[in-house]
Amino acid sequence: MTTFITNFLEVFYVLIGLIMLFAGIESFRDQENPARIGTGLFWVILAVIFAGAKFLPYLVIGILILILGLLSLFKQIKPGNIKGIDEKVAEKSAQRLGGWIFMPSVVLAILSIVIAQFTPLGGQIGIGISSVVALITAAVMTHANANTTYHDSERMVRSMGTAGILPQLLAMLGAVFTASGVGELTAKAISGVFPVGNHLLGVALYCIAMAVFTMIMGNGFAAFAVITAGIGIPFVVAQGGAPVVVAALGMTSGYCGTLMTPMAANFNSLPVALMEMKDNLGVIKQQAPVATVLLVIQIGLMYVLAF
Amino acid sequence: MEYLKLIGIVIIILGFALKFDTIAVVIISAVATALVAGISVPDLLTLLGKSFVENRVVSLFFLTLPMIGVIERHGLKQAAVNAIKKLKNLTPGRILNLYLLIREVACAFGITLSGQVQFVRPLISPMVQAAAGARGKLTPKQIDLIKARSAATDNFGNFYAQNLFVASGGVLLMASTMKSLGHAVEPTSIVLYSIPMAVITFIITAIYNMRFDRQFNVKRNKKQED
Repeated sequence: MTTFITNFLEVFYVLIGLIMLFAGIESFRDQENPARIGTGLFWVILAVIFAGAKFLPYLVIGILILILGLLSLFKQIKPGNIKGIDEKVAEKSAQRLGGWIFMPSVVLAILSIVIAQFTPLGGQIGIGISSVVALITAAVMTHANANTTYHDSERMVRSMGTAGILPQLLAMLGAVFTASGVGELTAKAISGVFPVGNHLLGVALYCIAMAVFTMIMGNGFAAFAVITAGIGIPFVVAQGGAPVVVAALGMTSGYCGTLMTPMAANFNSLPVALMEMKDNLGVIKQQAPVATVLLVIQIGLMYVLAF
Repeated sequence: MEYLKLIGIVIIILGFALKFDTIAVVIISAVATALVAGISVPDLLTLLGKSFVENRVVSLFFLTLPMIGVIERHGLKQAAVNAIKKLKNLTPGRILNLYLLIREVACAFGITLSGQVQFVRPLISPMVQAAAGARGKLTPKQIDLIKARSAATDNFGNFYAQNLFVASGGVLLMASTMKSLGHAVEPTSIVLYSIPMAVITFIITAIYNMRFDRQFNVKRNKKQED
Protein backbone atom coordinates (compact mmCIF):
# COMPACT_ATOMS: atom_id res chain seq x y z
CA MET A 1 0.00 0.00 0.00
CA THR A 2 2.78 2.43 0.91
CA THR A 3 4.52 1.95 -2.44
CA PHE A 4 1.19 2.33 -4.20
CA ILE A 5 0.52 5.61 -2.36
CA THR A 6 4.01 6.91 -3.14
CA ASN A 7 3.54 6.14 -6.84
CA PHE A 8 0.03 7.55 -6.86
CA LEU A 9 1.29 10.78 -5.25
CA GLU A 10 3.85 11.05 -8.03
CA VAL A 11 0.94 11.47 -10.48
CA PHE A 12 -0.22 14.53 -8.54
CA TYR A 13 3.30 15.97 -8.45
CA VAL A 14 3.37 15.67 -12.25
CA LEU A 15 0.08 17.60 -12.35
CA ILE A 16 1.58 20.30 -10.11
CA GLY A 17 4.57 20.39 -12.45
CA LEU A 18 2.16 20.91 -15.33
CA ILE A 19 0.44 23.85 -13.61
CA MET A 20 3.85 25.39 -12.88
CA LEU A 21 4.83 24.86 -16.51
CA PHE A 22 1.74 26.88 -17.57
CA ALA A 23 2.92 29.69 -15.30
CA GLY A 24 6.42 29.42 -16.79
CA ILE A 25 5.19 29.58 -20.38
CA GLU A 26 2.98 32.60 -19.71
CA SER A 27 5.78 34.34 -17.80
CA PHE A 28 8.10 33.91 -20.80
CA ARG A 29 5.38 35.34 -23.06
CA ASP A 30 4.78 38.36 -20.84
CA GLN A 31 6.62 41.03 -22.87
CA GLU A 32 5.87 43.75 -20.33
CA ASN A 33 7.80 42.01 -17.55
CA PRO A 34 11.46 43.16 -17.52
CA ALA A 35 12.35 39.96 -15.64
CA ARG A 36 10.33 37.64 -17.88
CA ILE A 37 13.24 35.27 -18.62
CA GLY A 38 14.11 34.81 -14.95
CA THR A 39 10.48 34.44 -13.91
CA GLY A 40 9.80 31.94 -16.68
CA LEU A 41 12.92 29.97 -15.72
CA PHE A 42 11.86 29.97 -12.06
CA TRP A 43 8.56 28.23 -12.82
CA VAL A 44 9.99 25.89 -15.46
CA ILE A 45 12.75 24.73 -13.08
CA LEU A 46 10.13 24.07 -10.40
CA ALA A 47 8.00 22.22 -12.97
CA VAL A 48 11.00 20.02 -13.83
CA ILE A 49 11.70 19.28 -10.15
CA PHE A 50 8.07 18.45 -9.36
CA ALA A 51 7.39 16.29 -12.38
CA GLY A 52 10.84 14.79 -12.85
CA ALA A 53 12.03 14.12 -9.30
CA LYS A 54 11.85 10.37 -9.90
CA PHE A 55 14.26 10.56 -12.83
CA LEU A 56 16.71 13.23 -11.65
CA PRO A 57 19.59 12.64 -9.23
CA TYR A 58 19.21 14.61 -5.98
CA LEU A 59 22.54 16.31 -6.77
CA VAL A 60 21.06 17.85 -9.94
CA ILE A 61 17.97 18.99 -8.06
CA GLY A 62 20.24 20.58 -5.44
CA ILE A 63 21.96 22.57 -8.20
CA LEU A 64 18.57 23.62 -9.61
CA ILE A 65 17.56 24.89 -6.17
CA LEU A 66 20.73 26.99 -5.98
CA ILE A 67 19.76 28.47 -9.36
CA LEU A 68 16.31 29.35 -7.99
CA GLY A 69 18.05 31.08 -5.09
CA LEU A 70 20.30 33.06 -7.42
CA LEU A 71 17.36 34.14 -9.61
CA SER A 72 15.55 35.38 -6.54
CA LEU A 73 18.65 37.02 -5.05
CA PHE A 74 19.24 39.03 -8.21
CA LYS A 75 15.59 40.13 -8.42
CA GLN A 76 14.95 38.17 -11.60
CA ILE A 77 11.57 36.89 -10.45
CA LYS A 78 8.71 39.36 -10.80
CA PRO A 79 4.97 38.74 -11.07
CA GLY A 80 4.81 40.81 -14.26
CA ASN A 81 1.61 41.68 -16.03
CA ILE A 82 -1.03 39.19 -14.98
CA LYS A 83 -4.32 39.44 -16.85
CA GLY A 84 -7.13 39.97 -14.38
CA ILE A 85 -10.59 38.49 -14.68
CA ASP A 86 -13.48 40.08 -16.54
CA GLU A 87 -15.67 41.66 -13.87
CA LYS A 88 -18.73 41.57 -16.15
CA VAL A 89 -18.44 37.82 -16.74
CA ALA A 90 -17.94 37.29 -13.01
CA GLU A 91 -20.96 39.44 -12.12
CA LYS A 92 -23.20 37.66 -14.63
CA SER A 93 -22.06 34.26 -13.47
CA ALA A 94 -22.56 35.23 -9.81
CA GLN A 95 -26.15 36.19 -10.67
CA ARG A 96 -26.75 32.82 -12.28
CA LEU A 97 -24.99 30.59 -9.74
CA GLY A 98 -25.53 32.52 -6.51
CA GLY A 99 -24.24 30.60 -3.50
CA TRP A 100 -23.61 27.50 -5.61
CA ILE A 101 -20.31 29.05 -6.66
CA PHE A 102 -18.92 27.85 -3.30
CA MET A 103 -19.85 24.26 -4.14
CA PRO A 104 -16.45 23.18 -5.58
CA SER A 105 -14.67 24.41 -2.42
CA VAL A 106 -17.08 22.46 -0.24
CA VAL A 107 -16.53 19.36 -2.39
CA LEU A 108 -12.76 19.78 -2.01
CA ALA A 109 -12.79 20.19 1.77
CA ILE A 110 -15.29 17.45 2.54
CA LEU A 111 -14.12 14.87 0.01
CA SER A 112 -10.49 15.17 1.13
CA ILE A 113 -11.47 14.53 4.76
CA VAL A 114 -13.74 11.63 3.73
CA ILE A 115 -10.97 9.97 1.69
CA ALA A 116 -8.48 10.48 4.51
CA GLN A 117 -10.79 9.03 7.16
CA PHE A 118 -12.63 6.24 5.36
CA THR A 119 -10.18 4.86 2.82
CA PRO A 120 -6.68 3.45 3.24
CA LEU A 121 -5.38 6.04 0.75
CA GLY A 122 -4.57 8.68 3.38
CA GLY A 123 -4.78 12.45 3.56
CA GLN A 124 -2.36 13.38 0.81
CA ILE A 125 -3.97 11.23 -1.89
CA GLY A 126 -7.27 12.55 -0.54
CA ILE A 127 -6.23 16.12 -1.29
CA GLY A 128 -5.04 15.11 -4.74
CA ILE A 129 -8.19 13.26 -5.77
CA SER A 130 -10.56 15.83 -4.31
CA SER A 131 -8.69 18.71 -6.00
CA VAL A 132 -9.27 17.04 -9.35
CA VAL A 133 -12.92 16.26 -8.56
CA ALA A 134 -13.47 19.83 -7.32
CA LEU A 135 -11.93 21.25 -10.50
CA ILE A 136 -14.21 19.08 -12.64
CA THR A 137 -17.21 20.18 -10.53
CA ALA A 138 -16.23 23.82 -11.01
CA ALA A 139 -15.71 23.39 -14.76
CA VAL A 140 -19.08 21.66 -15.24
CA MET A 141 -20.97 24.22 -13.14
CA THR A 142 -19.41 27.25 -14.82
CA HIS A 143 -19.16 25.72 -18.31
CA ALA A 144 -15.47 26.64 -18.24
CA ASN A 145 -13.42 25.49 -21.23
CA ALA A 146 -9.84 24.28 -21.45
CA ASN A 147 -8.52 27.64 -22.58
CA THR A 148 -9.93 29.68 -19.69
CA THR A 149 -9.02 26.94 -17.20
CA TYR A 150 -5.45 27.08 -18.47
CA HIS A 151 -5.38 30.83 -17.91
CA ASP A 152 -7.07 30.55 -14.52
CA SER A 153 -4.36 28.10 -13.46
CA GLU A 154 -1.42 30.18 -14.66
CA ARG A 155 -2.97 33.36 -13.23
CA MET A 156 -3.34 31.83 -9.76
CA VAL A 157 0.20 30.40 -9.73
CA ARG A 158 1.82 33.58 -11.05
CA SER A 159 -0.04 35.87 -8.66
CA MET A 160 1.03 33.69 -5.77
CA GLY A 161 4.61 34.07 -6.96
CA THR A 162 7.61 33.02 -4.92
CA ALA A 163 5.55 33.10 -1.71
CA GLY A 164 3.90 29.88 -2.93
CA ILE A 165 7.10 27.87 -2.79
CA LEU A 166 8.35 29.36 0.50
CA PRO A 167 6.62 26.79 2.78
CA GLN A 168 8.31 23.92 0.98
CA LEU A 169 11.70 25.65 1.09
CA LEU A 170 11.25 26.18 4.84
CA ALA A 171 10.41 22.50 5.26
CA MET A 172 13.60 21.74 3.32
CA LEU A 173 15.54 24.02 5.67
CA GLY A 174 14.07 22.16 8.64
CA ALA A 175 15.29 18.87 7.16
CA VAL A 176 18.78 20.33 6.57
CA PHE A 177 18.85 21.57 10.18
CA THR A 178 17.92 18.09 11.37
CA ALA A 179 20.59 16.45 9.21
CA SER A 180 23.20 18.91 10.54
CA GLY A 181 22.21 18.35 14.16
CA VAL A 182 21.02 21.91 14.79
CA GLY A 183 18.00 20.80 16.82
CA GLU A 184 20.08 18.79 19.26
CA LEU A 185 22.51 21.66 19.59
CA THR A 186 19.92 24.34 20.42
CA ALA A 187 18.29 21.89 22.81
CA LYS A 188 21.66 21.37 24.52
CA ALA A 189 22.32 25.11 24.66
CA ILE A 190 18.92 25.94 26.12
CA SER A 191 18.87 23.04 28.56
CA GLY A 192 21.98 24.59 30.12
CA VAL A 193 19.91 27.50 31.37
CA PHE A 194 16.42 26.02 31.34
CA PRO A 195 15.11 23.02 33.28
CA VAL A 196 14.17 20.09 31.03
CA GLY A 197 11.37 17.83 32.17
CA ASN A 198 8.88 20.30 33.62
CA HIS A 199 5.92 19.92 31.29
CA LEU A 200 4.27 23.28 31.86
CA LEU A 201 7.52 25.24 31.64
CA GLY A 202 8.49 23.38 28.48
CA VAL A 203 5.14 24.15 26.86
CA ALA A 204 5.33 27.81 27.90
CA LEU A 205 8.90 28.11 26.60
CA TYR A 206 7.94 26.63 23.23
CA CYS A 207 4.75 28.68 22.74
CA ILE A 208 6.37 31.96 23.80
CA ALA A 209 9.44 31.25 21.65
CA MET A 210 7.14 30.61 18.66
CA ALA A 211 5.42 33.94 19.25
CA VAL A 212 8.61 35.91 19.86
CA PHE A 213 10.53 34.47 16.92
CA THR A 214 7.53 35.01 14.66
CA MET A 215 7.50 38.64 15.80
CA ILE A 216 11.17 39.00 14.94
CA MET A 217 10.99 37.15 11.65
CA GLY A 218 7.51 38.25 10.61
CA ASN A 219 6.76 34.75 9.38
CA GLY A 220 5.16 31.98 11.44
CA PHE A 221 6.11 29.25 8.97
CA ALA A 222 9.80 30.11 9.18
CA ALA A 223 9.69 30.23 12.97
CA PHE A 224 7.91 26.86 13.06
CA ALA A 225 10.67 25.02 11.23
CA VAL A 226 13.38 26.45 13.49
CA ILE A 227 11.69 26.57 16.90
CA THR A 228 9.95 23.20 16.69
CA ALA A 229 13.26 21.47 15.96
CA GLY A 230 15.14 23.44 18.63
CA ILE A 231 12.58 23.70 21.43
CA GLY A 232 9.30 21.94 20.62
CA ILE A 233 10.81 18.49 20.16
CA PRO A 234 13.29 18.37 23.07
CA PHE A 235 11.23 20.30 25.62
CA VAL A 236 7.72 19.06 24.85
CA VAL A 237 7.56 16.06 22.51
CA ALA A 238 10.55 14.26 24.04
CA GLN A 239 8.93 14.73 27.46
CA GLY A 240 5.89 12.78 26.28
CA GLY A 241 3.87 15.54 24.60
CA ALA A 242 1.68 14.47 21.68
CA PRO A 243 3.37 15.65 18.44
CA VAL A 244 0.10 16.57 16.73
CA VAL A 245 -0.96 18.89 19.57
CA VAL A 246 2.49 20.46 19.69
CA ALA A 247 2.40 21.14 15.95
CA ALA A 248 -1.15 22.51 15.74
CA LEU A 249 -0.95 24.77 18.78
CA GLY A 250 2.68 25.66 18.24
CA MET A 251 1.88 27.10 14.82
CA THR A 252 -1.06 29.12 16.13
CA SER A 253 1.10 30.41 19.01
CA GLY A 254 3.33 31.74 16.27
CA TYR A 255 0.33 33.51 14.77
CA CYS A 256 -0.08 35.42 18.06
CA GLY A 257 3.32 36.85 17.23
CA THR A 258 2.23 37.66 13.68
CA LEU A 259 -0.64 39.72 15.05
CA MET A 260 1.74 41.83 17.14
CA THR A 261 4.58 42.64 14.78
CA PRO A 262 5.08 45.29 12.11
CA MET A 263 7.30 42.68 10.44
CA ALA A 264 4.19 40.92 9.13
CA ALA A 265 3.61 43.71 6.66
CA ASN A 266 1.00 41.90 4.57
CA PHE A 267 -1.37 41.70 7.48
CA ASN A 268 -0.56 44.67 9.68
CA SER A 269 0.85 47.37 7.40
CA LEU A 270 -1.03 46.66 4.19
CA PRO A 271 -4.42 47.64 5.74
CA VAL A 272 -2.86 50.85 7.09
CA ALA A 273 -1.79 51.79 3.58
CA LEU A 274 -4.98 50.56 1.89
CA MET A 275 -7.28 52.52 4.17
CA GLU A 276 -4.99 55.52 4.62
CA MET A 277 -4.99 55.17 8.37
CA LYS A 278 -3.24 57.77 10.47
CA ASP A 279 -1.82 55.42 13.07
CA ASN A 280 0.82 53.12 11.54
CA LEU A 281 0.47 50.67 14.39
CA GLY A 282 -3.33 50.98 14.57
CA VAL A 283 -4.07 47.42 13.45
CA ILE A 284 -1.48 45.95 15.83
CA LYS A 285 -2.91 47.94 18.73
CA GLN A 286 -6.33 46.45 18.07
CA GLN A 287 -4.87 42.94 17.84
CA ALA A 288 -2.39 42.91 20.71
CA PRO A 289 -4.85 42.42 23.62
CA VAL A 290 -6.60 39.48 21.92
CA ALA A 291 -3.31 37.97 20.74
CA THR A 292 -1.91 38.06 24.29
CA VAL A 293 -4.99 36.37 25.74
CA LEU A 294 -4.90 33.75 22.98
CA LEU A 295 -1.24 32.98 23.68
CA VAL A 296 -1.95 32.33 27.35
CA ILE A 297 -4.93 30.13 26.45
CA GLN A 298 -2.81 28.15 24.00
CA ILE A 299 -0.15 27.45 26.60
CA GLY A 300 -2.84 26.06 28.89
CA LEU A 301 -4.52 24.13 26.10
CA MET A 302 -1.28 22.56 24.86
CA TYR A 303 -0.39 21.52 28.42
CA VAL A 304 -3.80 19.89 28.91
CA LEU A 305 -4.14 18.25 25.50
CA ALA A 306 -0.55 17.13 24.90
CA PHE A 307 0.02 15.25 28.15
CA MET B 1 33.22 25.42 17.66
CA GLU B 2 30.17 23.20 17.52
CA TYR B 3 27.97 26.24 18.05
CA LEU B 4 28.96 27.60 14.63
CA LYS B 5 26.24 25.30 13.32
CA LEU B 6 23.71 27.79 14.65
CA ILE B 7 24.83 30.19 11.91
CA GLY B 8 21.83 29.07 9.84
CA ILE B 9 19.42 30.19 12.55
CA VAL B 10 21.18 33.55 12.80
CA ILE B 11 21.03 33.97 9.02
CA ILE B 12 17.35 33.18 8.80
CA ILE B 13 16.35 35.40 11.72
CA LEU B 14 18.41 38.37 10.52
CA GLY B 15 17.49 37.78 6.88
CA PHE B 16 13.76 37.83 7.58
CA ALA B 17 14.02 40.66 10.11
CA LEU B 18 16.00 42.82 7.69
CA LYS B 19 13.61 41.98 4.83
CA PHE B 20 16.20 40.46 2.53
CA ASP B 21 14.97 38.29 -0.33
CA THR B 22 13.20 35.44 1.50
CA ILE B 23 13.87 32.64 -1.00
CA ALA B 24 17.59 33.46 -1.11
CA VAL B 25 17.81 33.78 2.69
CA VAL B 26 16.32 30.31 3.23
CA ILE B 27 18.64 28.68 0.70
CA ILE B 28 21.73 30.51 2.01
CA SER B 29 20.82 29.47 5.55
CA ALA B 30 20.56 25.82 4.48
CA VAL B 31 23.85 25.94 2.58
CA ALA B 32 25.72 27.67 5.41
CA THR B 33 24.43 25.26 8.04
CA ALA B 34 25.41 22.19 6.05
CA LEU B 35 28.87 23.58 5.20
CA VAL B 36 29.62 24.46 8.82
CA ALA B 37 28.46 20.99 9.86
CA GLY B 38 31.28 19.64 7.68
CA ILE B 39 29.14 18.31 4.85
CA SER B 40 31.02 18.27 1.51
CA VAL B 41 29.71 20.26 -1.45
CA PRO B 42 28.38 17.28 -3.48
CA ASP B 43 26.75 15.85 -0.35
CA LEU B 44 25.32 19.26 0.44
CA LEU B 45 23.72 19.53 -2.99
CA THR B 46 22.33 16.02 -2.62
CA LEU B 47 20.96 16.89 0.82
CA LEU B 48 19.28 20.03 -0.56
CA GLY B 49 17.76 18.12 -3.46
CA LYS B 50 16.61 15.22 -1.30
CA SER B 51 15.12 17.46 1.39
CA PHE B 52 13.29 19.56 -1.18
CA VAL B 53 11.89 16.55 -3.05
CA GLU B 54 10.82 14.78 0.12
CA ASN B 55 8.90 17.88 1.17
CA ARG B 56 7.02 18.31 -2.11
CA VAL B 57 3.89 17.38 -0.21
CA VAL B 58 3.94 20.85 1.37
CA SER B 59 3.17 22.29 -2.07
CA LEU B 60 0.24 19.94 -2.65
CA PHE B 61 -2.02 22.99 -2.25
CA PHE B 62 -0.96 24.07 -5.75
CA LEU B 63 -3.40 21.41 -6.98
CA THR B 64 -6.31 23.41 -5.58
CA LEU B 65 -5.35 26.59 -7.47
CA PRO B 66 -6.96 25.79 -10.86
CA MET B 67 -10.34 25.20 -9.19
CA ILE B 68 -10.07 28.41 -7.16
CA GLY B 69 -9.05 30.22 -10.36
CA VAL B 70 -12.09 28.91 -12.24
CA ILE B 71 -14.61 29.87 -9.55
CA GLU B 72 -12.88 33.22 -9.12
CA ARG B 73 -13.45 33.94 -12.83
CA HIS B 74 -17.09 32.97 -12.40
CA GLY B 75 -18.03 35.25 -9.56
CA LEU B 76 -16.58 33.87 -6.30
CA LYS B 77 -15.78 37.36 -5.04
CA GLN B 78 -19.08 38.83 -6.26
CA ALA B 79 -21.09 36.08 -4.55
CA ALA B 80 -19.21 36.69 -1.31
CA VAL B 81 -19.76 40.45 -1.61
CA ASN B 82 -23.49 39.90 -2.16
CA ALA B 83 -23.67 37.74 0.95
CA ILE B 84 -21.81 40.30 3.06
CA LYS B 85 -23.96 43.18 1.79
CA LYS B 86 -26.93 41.51 3.44
CA LEU B 87 -25.41 42.40 6.80
CA LYS B 88 -27.01 45.85 6.78
CA ASN B 89 -28.91 47.42 9.67
CA LEU B 90 -26.75 45.83 12.32
CA THR B 91 -24.52 47.30 15.00
CA PRO B 92 -20.81 47.69 14.16
CA GLY B 93 -19.90 44.79 16.45
CA ARG B 94 -22.43 42.45 14.85
CA ILE B 95 -21.28 43.27 11.33
CA LEU B 96 -17.72 42.51 12.39
CA ASN B 97 -18.76 39.27 14.06
CA LEU B 98 -20.78 37.99 11.13
CA TYR B 99 -17.87 38.82 8.86
CA LEU B 100 -15.59 36.92 11.24
CA LEU B 101 -17.88 33.92 11.04
CA ILE B 102 -18.01 34.05 7.25
CA ARG B 103 -14.23 34.40 7.10
CA GLU B 104 -13.66 31.40 9.40
CA VAL B 105 -16.12 29.17 7.53
CA ALA B 106 -14.64 30.19 4.17
CA CYS B 107 -11.12 29.44 5.46
CA ALA B 108 -12.26 26.01 6.64
CA PHE B 109 -13.26 25.32 3.05
CA GLY B 110 -9.97 26.54 1.67
CA ILE B 111 -11.28 29.86 0.33
CA THR B 112 -8.60 32.32 1.38
CA LEU B 113 -9.38 35.39 -0.64
CA SER B 114 -7.18 38.35 0.14
CA GLY B 115 -9.48 39.68 2.84
CA GLN B 116 -7.88 43.07 3.44
CA VAL B 117 -7.88 44.01 -0.23
CA GLN B 118 -11.11 42.41 -1.39
CA PHE B 119 -13.40 42.80 1.60
CA VAL B 120 -12.13 44.96 4.45
CA ARG B 121 -11.15 48.04 2.44
CA PRO B 122 -14.09 48.19 0.02
CA LEU B 123 -16.83 46.63 2.12
CA ILE B 124 -16.44 45.87 5.82
CA SER B 125 -14.80 49.09 6.97
CA PRO B 126 -17.33 51.33 5.12
CA MET B 127 -20.25 49.24 6.38
CA VAL B 128 -19.05 49.44 9.99
CA GLN B 129 -18.45 53.17 9.60
CA ALA B 130 -21.99 53.59 8.28
CA ALA B 131 -23.44 51.58 11.14
CA ALA B 132 -21.48 53.53 13.74
CA GLY B 133 -22.13 56.86 12.02
CA ALA B 134 -25.88 56.38 11.97
CA ARG B 135 -25.91 57.54 15.58
CA GLY B 136 -23.88 60.69 15.19
CA LYS B 137 -20.91 62.13 13.40
CA LEU B 138 -17.75 60.09 13.83
CA THR B 139 -14.50 61.71 14.92
CA PRO B 140 -11.41 61.07 12.76
CA LYS B 141 -10.02 59.04 15.62
CA GLN B 142 -13.09 56.81 15.70
CA ILE B 143 -12.89 56.30 11.96
CA ASP B 144 -9.27 55.23 12.33
CA LEU B 145 -10.27 52.83 15.11
CA ILE B 146 -12.99 51.28 12.94
CA LYS B 147 -10.55 50.75 10.08
CA ALA B 148 -8.06 49.11 12.44
CA ARG B 149 -10.70 46.91 14.07
CA SER B 150 -12.06 45.78 10.69
CA ALA B 151 -8.56 44.81 9.57
CA ALA B 152 -7.89 43.07 12.90
CA THR B 153 -11.11 41.04 12.66
CA ASP B 154 -10.11 39.82 9.21
CA ASN B 155 -6.70 38.77 10.52
CA PHE B 156 -8.18 36.89 13.51
CA GLY B 157 -10.51 34.90 11.28
CA ASN B 158 -7.87 34.22 8.69
CA PHE B 159 -5.13 33.07 11.06
CA TYR B 160 -7.07 30.87 13.42
CA ALA B 161 -9.29 29.16 10.85
CA GLN B 162 -6.83 28.49 8.02
CA ASN B 163 -5.56 25.30 9.65
CA LEU B 164 -9.08 23.86 9.53
CA PHE B 165 -8.49 23.19 5.83
CA VAL B 166 -6.54 20.00 5.31
CA ALA B 167 -4.89 21.13 2.06
CA SER B 168 -3.66 24.46 3.42
CA GLY B 169 0.02 25.36 3.22
CA GLY B 170 0.27 25.59 7.02
CA VAL B 171 -1.17 22.14 7.73
CA LEU B 172 0.97 20.52 5.04
CA LEU B 173 4.08 22.32 6.34
CA MET B 174 3.41 21.11 9.90
CA ALA B 175 2.86 17.50 8.75
CA SER B 176 5.98 17.53 6.61
CA THR B 177 8.19 19.22 9.22
CA MET B 178 7.07 16.84 11.96
CA LYS B 179 7.86 13.92 9.65
CA SER B 180 11.37 15.29 9.01
CA LEU B 181 11.81 15.64 12.76
CA GLY B 182 10.92 11.98 13.25
CA HIS B 183 7.43 12.44 14.68
CA ALA B 184 5.07 11.92 11.74
CA VAL B 185 1.51 13.20 12.16
CA GLU B 186 -1.49 13.02 9.82
CA PRO B 187 -2.73 16.30 8.30
CA THR B 188 -6.29 15.37 9.30
CA SER B 189 -5.27 15.07 12.98
CA ILE B 190 -3.70 18.54 12.77
CA VAL B 191 -7.04 19.85 11.49
CA LEU B 192 -8.81 18.15 14.41
CA TYR B 193 -6.51 19.78 16.97
CA SER B 194 -6.86 23.17 15.28
CA ILE B 195 -10.61 23.25 15.95
CA PRO B 196 -10.43 24.35 19.63
CA MET B 197 -8.41 27.49 18.86
CA ALA B 198 -10.67 28.40 15.92
CA VAL B 199 -13.68 28.24 18.25
CA ILE B 200 -11.97 30.00 21.16
CA THR B 201 -10.68 32.77 18.90
CA PHE B 202 -14.18 33.26 17.53
CA ILE B 203 -15.70 33.57 21.00
CA ILE B 204 -13.04 35.96 22.33
CA THR B 205 -13.09 38.14 19.23
CA ALA B 206 -16.89 38.18 19.27
CA ILE B 207 -16.96 39.47 22.85
CA TYR B 208 -14.22 41.97 22.00
CA ASN B 209 -16.27 43.26 19.05
CA MET B 210 -19.51 43.47 21.01
CA ARG B 211 -17.72 45.69 23.52
CA PHE B 212 -16.54 47.79 20.58
CA ASP B 213 -20.14 48.97 20.11
CA ARG B 214 -20.10 50.76 23.45
CA GLN B 215 -17.86 53.55 22.26
CA PHE B 216 -20.37 54.48 19.59
CA ASN B 217 -23.32 54.52 21.94
CA VAL B 218 -25.12 52.12 19.72
CA LYS B 219 -28.24 51.86 21.78
CA ARG B 220 -30.46 53.58 19.30
CA ASN B 221 -32.76 50.60 18.80
CA LYS B 222 -33.51 50.58 22.48
CA LYS B 223 -34.06 54.33 22.57
CA GLN B 224 -36.38 54.24 19.60
CA GLU B 225 -38.45 51.60 21.29
CA ASP B 226 -38.68 53.72 24.45
